[in-house]
Amino acid sequence: MKKKQVLMKGNEAMAEGAIMAGCRYFFGYPITPQNEVPAHMAVSMPRAGGVFIQAESELAAINMVYGAAGAGARVMTSSSSPGISLKQEGISYLVGAELPCVIANIMRGGPGLGGIQPSQSDYYQAVKGGGHGDYRLIVLAPNSVQEMADLTMLAFDLADIYRNPVMILGDGNLGQMMEPVSFCKFRKRKLPPKDWATTGTAGRSRNIVKSLYLIPEQLEAHNRKLYRKFQTMKRCEVRFEEDIPEGCELLLTAFGTTARICRDVVDKLRQRGHKAGLFRPITLFPFPEERIKEVSSWVKAVMTVEMNMGQMVDDVRLAVEGRCPVHFYGRTGGVVPSVEEIVHEAGKILRGIKK
Amino acid sequence: MRVFERPKMLKDKVFHYCPGCTHGIVHRLVAEIIEEMEIRERTVGVCPVGCAVLAYDYLDIDMQEASHGRAPAVATGIKRVLPDRVVFTYQGDGDLAAIGMTETVHTAARGEPLTVIFINNAIYGMTNGQMAPTTLLGQRTQTTPYGRNAAKEGYPIKVCEMLATLDGPSYIARVSVGSYKSILNARKVLREAFRRQIEENAYALVEVLSTCPTNWSMKPRDAMDWIENEMQETFPVGIFKE
Repeated sequence: MKKKQVLMKGNEAMAEGAIMAGCRYFFGYPITPQNEVPAHMAVSMPRAGGVFIQAESELAAINMVYGAAGAGARVMTSSSSPGISLKQEGISYLVGAELPCVIANIMRGGPGLGGIQPSQSDYYQAVKGGGHGDYRLIVLAPNSVQEMADLTMLAFDLADIYRNPVMILGDGNLGQMMEPVSFCKFRKRKLPPKDWATTGTAGRSRNIVKSLYLIPEQLEAHNRKLYRKFQTMKRCEVRFEEDIPEGCELLLTAFGTTARICRDVVDKLRQRGHKAGLFRPITLFPFPEERIKEVSSWVKAVMTVEMNMGQMVDDVRLAVEGRCPVHFYGRTGGVVPSVEEIVHEAGKILRGIKK
Repeated sequence: MRVFERPKMLKDKVFHYCPGCTHGIVHRLVAEIIEEMEIRERTVGVCPVGCAVLAYDYLDIDMQEASHGRAPAVATGIKRVLPDRVVFTYQGDGDLAAIGMTETVHTAARGEPLTVIFINNAIYGMTNGQMAPTTLLGQRTQTTPYGRNAAKEGYPIKVCEMLATLDGPSYIARVSVGSYKSILNARKVLREAFRRQIEENAYALVEVLSTCPTNWSMKPRDAMDWIENEMQETFPVGIFKE
């Protein structure tokens, strides 16, 4: 039986996926290009018996998320780059207090007010910290409307498993474009009860949700505990997709929208007789560094393509560790690179190899 | 026979507050009221950054620590998830009226069914006594060493008067804990603020004029008198919305 498909924008698919995953609380503030998310939540949350609040600011929204998460709920917020910057303090507190939640960043060009067209220039912010302190988020990078829904559903489970915020790192293109999407019935994993939530002390001793540790040794111990969680994520949660031919001459690495474009680039290069491959990280943290390390010992060259001035390429280089040359091609400011221009850049690299 | 004793939900722990600070009195009042109303097991408190960030060390209830200024947003999140619980915030003047003014105003405007306890001691206590949004004109602080000057630092913010203009809140009041009589009144008003949330599902805020003898460079006794005399000239005690 063919699954029922509906035509939706990526932002709507993400919102619908969240509700299907049992999210019943959404707090957000308007910002382009993610406005379809709160719009969808405003309609659908009350119908699902949930709560939607248009908060007075991004700060209020992320702190409403903190309160709701601390009370044991599945909760989400979404925003776009400048708004995500505003949420960073709250995100740091959420990690510090070990509260699960899902945060979507539908990226636009920066820095500053930047623009409203798609970008991937918040990669560093998403995977390297963003807020203060020594912390990580699980960062999921969808590349289709279908994945906007699927990865959002996965995100809620991951958040609960690790008691850590999970970020969906999309961009204006993924948020705005329409594609057919099908929703499979969400099967919630068996997860430990949230016996740490502040729900009132009835029948138990009290629960405190906090991130303050005034004794340095205690704070260090807390940091080590968080670090162990991040290490477990690295062991258990790496996700990627690859299509690497034997004798690969040029391996393109890209995430999200640019990975879709690179799919066409790889096909074009193969039509021209080149052995081109594609590697798409789905988790940006944890980054699939082990797999990149393996393949870099036999591919001739790597080319990372991003809609920024070169951010993920740093992680690719750290994984490759000089085993082969790593090239970068990026467009930024809201410019989406075309298949042709990437093929042209790839051609230059391939000619260099074949000389 | 009634014996004067420590409320059970006030933990047997020495306050970290400075001698003469009235946080201890307000903590006790909150504990007494929660016990009296028999809501301890369904109450969740929110304490943001400030001297009272460690309130969870003393109050034996579920609590969430909030970032600076965001307690009303955190409390909103809790209350929306757990509408049958009693949720209160306990915030200082810097927290509520400076960095968190946006959340303060909008939570009140939404009429979130919360009880907001606002400790106004006209100074930043935890960071050693800088100017607060409620610092009186002429008052010397670490950052107004020549006294607060309206021409340079503007005027103290009257939170109750401001919030009383909104349609959202049900109950807005200012009390003092500068004398025995004032404390008895404060207890009555705070109890009413909890009652509004529980029985009327409504927003209530109580501003408590409080001491900071350390940063005011005053003896505790003089600090009490200063609330009753000096502070109340700028911040009159009363019910602003009921």
